[in-house]
Amino acid sequence: MRVNFTVNGRQQEADDVWEGESLLYVLRERMGLPGSKNACEQGECGSCTVRLNGVPVCSCLVAAGQAEGSEIVTVEGLADYAKQRRHEAASHPGGACGSVCGGTSLQEARMWQAKGTDSQTGEGTQLSPIQQAFIDAGAVQCGFCTPGLLVAADELLERNASPSDADIREALSGNLCRCTGYEKILDAVRLAAARQEETV
Amino acid sequence: MAGTTTGAPTNVTQKHSKGGIGESTLRPDGTLKVTGEFAYSSDMWHDEMLWGQILRSTIAHAEIVSIDTSEALAMDGVHAVLTADDLPAAKNYGMEFQDTPVLAYGKVRHHGEPVALVAADHPETARRAAAKIRIEYRELPLITDEASATAPDAILVHENRDDHHAGHVPHPNIVHRQPIVRGNAEEAAKKADFIVRGEYTFGMQDQAFLGPESGLAVPAEDGGVDLYVATQWLHSDLKQIAPCLGLPEEKIRMTMSGVGGAFGGREDISMQILASLLALRTGKPVKMVYNRYESFFGHVHRHPAKLTYEHGATKDGKLTHLKCRIVLDGGAYASSTASVVGNAASLSVGPYVVEDVEIEAVGLYSNNPPCGAMRGFGAVQACFAYEAQMDKLAAKLDMDPVEFRQINAMSQGAVMPTGQVVDSPAPVAELLRRVKARPLPPEQQWATTEGSDVRALPGGLSNTTHGEGVVRGIGYAVGIKNVGFSEGFDDYSTARIRMEVINGEAVATVHTAMAEVGQGGVTIHAQIARTELGVQQVTIHPADTQVGSAGSTSAGRQTYMTGGAIKNSCELVREQVLEIGRRKFGSYHPAWATAELLLEGGKVVTDGGEVLATLTDVLEDEVVEIEEEWRHRPTQAFDLVTGQGNGHVQYAFAAHRAVVEVDTELGLVKVVELAVAQDVGKAVNPLSVIGQIQGGTVQGLGVAVMEEIIVDPKTAKVRNPSFTDYLLPTILDTPTIPVDYLELADPNAPYGVRGIGEAPTLSSTPAVLAAIRDATGLELNKTPVRPEHLTGT
Repeated sequence: MRVNFTVNGRQQEADDVWEGESLLYVLRERMGLPGSKNACEQGECGSCTVRLNGVPVCSCLVAAGQAEGSEIVTVEGLADYAKQRRHEAASHPGGACGSVCGGTSLQEARMWQAKGTDSQTGEGTQLSPIQQAFIDAGAVQCGFCTPGLLVAADELLERNASPSDADIREALSGNLCRCTGYEKILDAVRLAAARQEETV
Repeated sequence: MAGTTTGAPTNVTQKHSKGGIGESTLRPDGTLKVTGEFAYSSDMWHDEMLWGQILRSTIAHAEIVSIDTSEALAMDGVHAVLTADDLPAAKNYGMEFQDTPVLAYGKVRHHGEPVALVAADHPETARRAAAKIRIEYRELPLITDEASATAPDAILVHENRDDHHAGHVPHPNIVHRQPIVRGNAEEAAKKADFIVRGEYTFGMQDQAFLGPESGLAVPAEDGGVDLYVATQWLHSDLKQIAPCLGLPEEKIRMTMSGVGGAFGGREDISMQILASLLALRTGKPVKMVYNRYESFFGHVHRHPAKLTYEHGATKDGKLTHLKCRIVLDGGAYASSTASVVGNAASLSVGPYVVEDVEIEAVGLYSNNPPCGAMRGFGAVQACFAYEAQMDKLAAKLDMDPVEFRQINAMSQGAVMPTGQVVDSPAPVAELLRRVKARPLPPEQQWATTEGSDVRALPGGLSNTTHGEGVVRGIGYAVGIKNVGFSEGFDDYSTARIRMEVINGEAVATVHTAMAEVGQGGVTIHAQIARTELGVQQVTIHPADTQVGSAGSTSAGRQTYMTGGAIKNSCELVREQVLEIGRRKFGSYHPAWATAELLLEGGKVVTDGGEVLATLTDVLEDEVVEIEEEWRHRPTQAFDLVTGQGNGHVQYAFAAHRAVVEVDTELGLVKVVELAVAQDVGKAVNPLSVIGQIQGGTVQGLGVAVMEEIIVDPKTAKVRNPSFTDYLLPTILDTPTIPVDYLELADPNAPYGVRGIGEAPTLSSTPAVLAAIRDATGLELNKTPVRPEHLTGT
């Protein structure tokens, strides 16, 4: 079947989609957007969290066909989404896709080299406040849970600009992390909230 | 949460380069990881790529009577179906023993063992084709515990053992046995005023890294294969893959792709050989990604253990002796069971002085899931038992449990049960003092002016209590873990360092085969190069097999080993750079010949701070490149009768204090706080240090209250291979984890570092158990503690 939806502000169309294919599979394998992660594909770990018409969902539990006509934001579009939100001060989903659309090709992956200062300079990459806070607070270790946590945390901060620790824990309770022990993730959300407050 | 330095490292030249060692430099891969652009092993793709799928055994122990693949092979979109008959060369692989079949032949030995393979054009086609493969099994009796393994008529899990332990084990179903005898425990026991005994059971834990086993194999024109996978040790994989593919090692080019956590679960081969076989057979690139269900079968787990302990103590609180026996279930294949046995035995006493000991540790072969490496590696199970014993003795003596531990705590110069002298700082009493001295979290934090915030109570959002029946408990534990590979293993790492001028700036490139599994190795490698070479720009080359082995990212060894290799190679590069400088500029300034010279801030400077030349002027068009292996001091195997020998490289210590609240009516536990103190030798990157300690602590918390792979004792089948049924701590289950670290340098280690990642996993579990015991008064000798253990239902 053919499925149409908007991903990170860009109209997308997928052909020959099997009835059983999840939104996660279509994003990762057909759209070349591997940012949403495939850790359990059972809706238990939250690594594949995306915004579907504004609502955070486990994209592994959404059949691709169910997403027909919807607006989807993945981690790849988070920076633009946050930027748009700041500009419009509105909370509807969507927004223009900047340069971050598209996954990592094998060729790019082969060429990848970690530069010693990437994270400090950002190397020109525009990041949303929550993305920058995750880097600064040390909330990224292996990073596999990070995309899902970022989407969930960004949605929390959209709803609640200064969440309490209990609010943060509740909002992120559907996202497993096996590396950090969660303390630095809490730090990151607190940091992003504080920085947002400063800029308002 | 800031660290506290109480000792100066002995062998560090202090240098001032931004982003050097000792600073909380940020991860170089952080930006890619937060934008979703970082390529994990499951993110790879290639034109014309096929998908590989494994068919796994549904039975734990059986003869394979027949396999019919015809129906699967006839399906549209299926490109290959392989069984053991199709293997081109060696049929078995293994890290320590080559006892693991690539695909089962003759018989299957555990539930979930790979039997057949499919390559198809869509993952769903591959799954459906695998389901159409017909296998006829003839079931065999099960070996599930020590009694069934060593029964006189026991069927052998492996009939023809030819491994190096086969000659001395008491039974072929025992992988390895390590006794340790020192002093005379029998005699010493007579001096005891109190003797306590206990039997403890430690459940099977899973590493549960989030990035599933996955990768991409691309057939190459020379008949070889290019392999992109997530692993902990590229060169160990390569050594095992090559014989099974029947290819020379140089025809298999391995590149590390992004690793989504490891914790020991990626030490053994998973899909590496299987994807390569399919790629070579079909002539097409093959991607394989385990789903979570498969992942529970696709890697080894932490050994479940039964531990029997007897300690004695005098009235004034001195330990007299220890007798203990530790039985570890290694499951169907050996993996690293023999080394885990050595660790469990040699660390079974804990960080305490006990001169008279009788210890025995054994590792079994059984038809349970294979067990091997996991964070803490044999020391975790022992720590659970000896710490419970310490509390029991303290209670008998009516003594404070921390004071009792401090009386018996080892310190530098102590002798291990193996006879090895602990020749670097061992601040056991101090670590305990620090966690105890920390102010306790306020009582009833869940009480609010409106009533109670259920989110902070046991049961959380399930809204099971409003505080009635909730009691608090406090518990302490401390542990000792070896760092690095032990028992005479030739442990080394290799680093290739290149220095050149690019765009008018001196740049260093660090090329190693180290697996970055999330621990932050790539961050500190750049920090070390900056510190040693005085440059700002450092490029970390992708890890691959085009450079020498870095050894495994495990046993807390990478900062010590590959960090040491980088430091060493950088020093050699520095010498060459200075040599070039002397050649070019030596006649201009006498200091080139007489002073001790450093590279700092992109310049050559004297130890007095005088600038002699810039690195760009020294190097110009010249490139300096060095690749060298680097080793730590040698270790010895433990004697097979007495267990004596200098077996370990270094020891690491951590202590925890757990505060828990228990709903005694429903048996629900809320961990309120888990404070930790650890000696890290030198915090090369404080931010990463704290992250490692907190992460390890939560893995220990998981074992204490929820994590366990449940194997049906009647069928040896795994009952809970999913994140629905295998419970991991969420952010709601996890308390605040204040970290206090010491930096007491190990004089034998580069920069004084001490392995960090493993120790915090040890004492976290017994501390939580001790706190639950304190709250409830129950004995609790099993992990994990389940509600029925607390309510007696």
